[in-house]
Amino acid sequence: MATTSPSRRPAAELVKDAAYSALIALALAAPIIGLQTVTARGGLGLNARWDDVFLIVLAVFAGRLLLNFTIWRHQGARPIGQKWFQRAGGRPFARHGHTLSKIIGPLALAVALLLPALPFSDRYVMDLSIMVLTYIMLGWGLNIVVGLAGLLDLGYVAFYAIGAYSFALLATHFDLGFWICLPLAGILAAFWGVILGFPVLRLRGDYLAIVTLAFGEIIRVVLLNWYEFTGGPNGILGIPDPTLFGLEFARRGDNTFHEFFGLSYSSMHKIIFLYYIILCLALITNFVTLRLRRLPVGRAWEALREDEIACRSLGINTTNTKLTAFAIGAMFGGFAGSFFATRQGFISPESFTFIESALILAIVVLGGLGSQVGVVIAAIVMMGGFEYFREFEQYRMLIFGLAMVFIMVWRPRGLISTRSPSVILKERKAIGADLVGQGHG
Amino acid sequence: MEYFVQQLINGLTLGSIYGLIAIGYTMVYGIIGMINFAHGDIFMVGSFIALIAIIAFGLTAGSSLAVLILALILVLLIAMALTSVYGWTVERLAYRPLRGSFRLAPLITAIGMSIVLQNFVQIAQGARVKPLQPLFSGGFTLMELEGPTGAVFRVNLSFAQILIIVTTVVLMTVFTLIIAKTSLGRSQRACEQDRKMAALLGVNVDRTISLTFVMGAALAAVAGLMYLLYYGVIDFYIGFIAGVKAFTAAVLGGIGSLPGAMLGGLLIGLIETFWSAYFSIEYKDVAAFSILAIVLIFLPSGILGRPEVEKV
Amino acid sequence: MSETAIAAPSPTPRWEADPVLDVEHLTMRFGGLVAVDDLSFAVGRGDITAIIGPNGAGKTTVFNCITGFYKPTEGRLTMRRAEGEEFLLERMPDFQIAARAKVARTFQNIRLFGGMTVLENLMVAQHNPLMKASYFTFGGVLGLSHYRRSEKEAIGFATSWLEQIRLIDRADDPAADLPYGAQRRLEIARAMCTRPEILCLDEPAAGLNPRESAELNDLLRLIRDEYQTSVLLIEHDMSVVMEISDHVVVLDYGKKIADGPADVIRNDPAVIAAYLGVEDDEVEAAEEEVEEIKEEAERR
Repeated sequence: MATTSPSRRPAAELVKDAAYSALIALALAAPIIGLQTVTARGGLGLNARWDDVFLIVLAVFAGRLLLNFTIWRHQGARPIGQKWFQRAGGRPFARHGHTLSKIIGPLALAVALLLPALPFSDRYVMDLSIMVLTYIMLGWGLNIVVGLAGLLDLGYVAFYAIGAYSFALLATHFDLGFWICLPLAGILAAFWGVILGFPVLRLRGDYLAIVTLAFGEIIRVVLLNWYEFTGGPNGILGIPDPTLFGLEFARRGDNTFHEFFGLSYSSMHKIIFLYYIILCLALITNFVTLRLRRLPVGRAWEALREDEIACRSLGINTTNTKLTAFAIGAMFGGFAGSFFATRQGFISPESFTFIESALILAIVVLGGLGSQVGVVIAAIVMMGGFEYFREFEQYRMLIFGLAMVFIMVWRPRGLISTRSPSVILKERKAIGADLVGQGHG
Repeated sequence: MEYFVQQLINGLTLGSIYGLIAIGYTMVYGIIGMINFAHGDIFMVGSFIALIAIIAFGLTAGSSLAVLILALILVLLIAMALTSVYGWTVERLAYRPLRGSFRLAPLITAIGMSIVLQNFVQIAQGARVKPLQPLFSGGFTLMELEGPTGAVFRVNLSFAQILIIVTTVVLMTVFTLIIAKTSLGRSQRACEQDRKMAALLGVNVDRTISLTFVMGAALAAVAGLMYLLYYGVIDFYIGFIAGVKAFTAAVLGGIGSLPGAMLGGLLIGLIETFWSAYFSIEYKDVAAFSILAIVLIFLPSGILGRPEVEKV
Repeated sequence: MSETAIAAPSPTPRWEADPVLDVEHLTMRFGGLVAVDDLSFAVGRGDITAIIGPNGAGKTTVFNCITGFYKPTEGRLTMRRAEGEEFLLERMPDFQIAARAKVARTFQNIRLFGGMTVLENLMVAQHNPLMKASYFTFGGVLGLSHYRRSEKEAIGFATSWLEQIRLIDRADDPAADLPYGAQRRLEIARAMCTRPEILCLDEPAAGLNPRESAELNDLLRLIRDEYQTSVLLIEHDMSVVMEISDHVVVLDYGKKIADGPADVIRNDPAVIAAYLGVEDDEVEAAEEEVEEIKEEAERR
């Protein structure tokens, strides 16, 4: 459809267009890049870097010119994002999203189960996998709230923090172990989900978003300032490791894992154990979510996303339905949080900033709202990519942000954008994203 | 009493800055119905550009008042112009391709843009805080009272505070007039009501939206300069918290309403200042956010917002 | 007092004798605007009752009051369920009106769950019984057989409705993909899946072609006769109203101007003047049109 009028644009126009782009690049780069503020005697001084600015402007001009004479040569193909991107890579993935997820699911599960035994799995790979799995679990948890119920939650990290601090505090003050605290942390997070949800779930759309964001910030500020209870910015140290039926993963002790099984001590045991814990937790999250989708409560969530008024006309208590979504999402966030605490052994409010919430939300949206497989792919792509750029230390976040923008422009509905019905009569057909509601809350 | 008046002045100053940023949020929200998450960072960029311009001009407290004021007006114009380009670019790259697309997509690109801007400035300008020697010293002493113990309380209104409040009032008036009287304002309001219909009637929707971003960014640059003059120190991270507060202000005042944004900004500024003065400075953000939550629960469309009628 | 009684010596109409829904002195104000003004009428059990009136007469507002989407400024709405329980609808939240008082409704601009399949739409309508069967989710998550049985029954009930509205072949298609007429039918079926005692239809024939309109009439009769559900409908399409209504209530500017059996209403000069608001010959033309449509429907 982009090529309805394939008239070629005159070369002069293309050059002019590139010149405009270069001019804008100049305006953008000149102050911030061109003049660097440096500490000098008696205040700040400036360090001119006009050569850098010149290079950037030149690069923009050349790049734009190149694109103009190749991809954007024709009138219709002009808008950078959507149309061109969609033609290039949009459709096929969407259409086969369903069959794709059928293959990917079991395959990914097999790889995940066998990962510690694979030859390339050293400590680095395992640590990375644990992190990716944590985000997958968080993504799945948030998917219930955003993807299924259509409620925009920008403060999800609050529940992650509540889970982590619940476990850390219970463990350090009352000497309770991980396995007892795990459910408690989940319940506490869910409880806070209800406390927060009750007053704010009446709000619609972006009002809900901003209140949840505010809630996330409130929790962080409280954690930061309540020294006596949370240790303030110093956080909590010495959070115990999980045990395997009472066996500890320590080098020395009364009841250690390696002695019980007659193995020599290896720090990898603990890592692998942690890996299987988070894998289990994530799979439980997935299993419960998939189950819930086929239960009346899950269908009510999706119906709520489609049309809240119609839900009420069918006798569905929308407040309770939203609250359950919020509470269950929060509960999984709480589980993930206490896992995070036990893995790190140390937590502080710094781990629970807004950027974490944004990251988890980005994973859910990038993966495709409501899609479980999408979350996995998005988490691997984002966290893996993030790791890949580790060498570029200071450019890492910049690239990360740009990637977020470009992937979203490329596929606004996420990587897997089709919806799979929760109940079928004869034949399972995937539902195109353009039909699925976007939620109002 | 004196303490109260002093806090009132401080609160109004801070509130003016929030209000200026909040206008950018409210205008963009009004016209395309999305939270421009990168707006706080546009404000941060604006304050960096202002800082660079001030240093480039070699302004110090030693300059004479006339020179200082003229130069600051020039700095303001430069910052507004260059920051507008940032606003325009963000809209062009991250939001325009997603126009009419899935609701959450532009929210994610906005967050992405926020990350990009923060890290861009951090890389280009360094992560350290940037202090600026105060350009204005002194001010008026409004009240001077001797307390029972012999201590003297003064209520000060500094030149910087006067500058901030006056600039805000002037710009508010100008922008209200632009929205109310010019054809640009009319196009904006038309796009707010019904974008498709506006396009059919010959309004250039893309241009109108771009201009909205440009205006929002220009006001954010003003806020950036004010922030710089008031606090005298900035870093690449100021955009986030100021942005969240300003958005809170916009929502509190009733999103989509310009006077609402200003009122919300003032309220947030006052709440924050008084809370820090009388209770605890650590929990000032908690206070602002809690008030937001409470207001929204009882007045779901903000103080001056149009109540949303549920269409059945 | 006695004059009117002598002039019209009819017995109490059926809908007064056994009303399923009693609307008494209903008033709804929006700021200064009075949308519904002291309106009283009864909906007879097992009747098809139509509310008609010109645009802006307050018909949809009456619906929204009955179904709890608006809280009426004044008045009383009494729902009398078949087993004798009474509900004061103006005091109940909207979802409970559907869940407990068994009032179901459709919307003027169709509100289906577009991204969910046809079958899913009908499953959502059976939310409350299924919720109980899943022991409020806890049993369902554990996969208890009790829930699986109930779900099967619910699918069965939905299937029977899909056969009724001839959408069984499209059960697994998204609702938004259906043609307009089918969406209307599906919305009615969805409302019926809540097993209501009164079904409120907001302009069910709007946008339907004459054939679909005739089908709708059959469907409404079926609902009344087979499912013992009273029907209250707002309609502009006179062929629907006059053909199937047992009882017609006419509104104008929020007030009731006539109330009676369809054939009485048809000839009521006040109704003709208010509803059509035009010259007599145009009324005749409109009536002829109605006749033609009716004849056409009968021919088929």
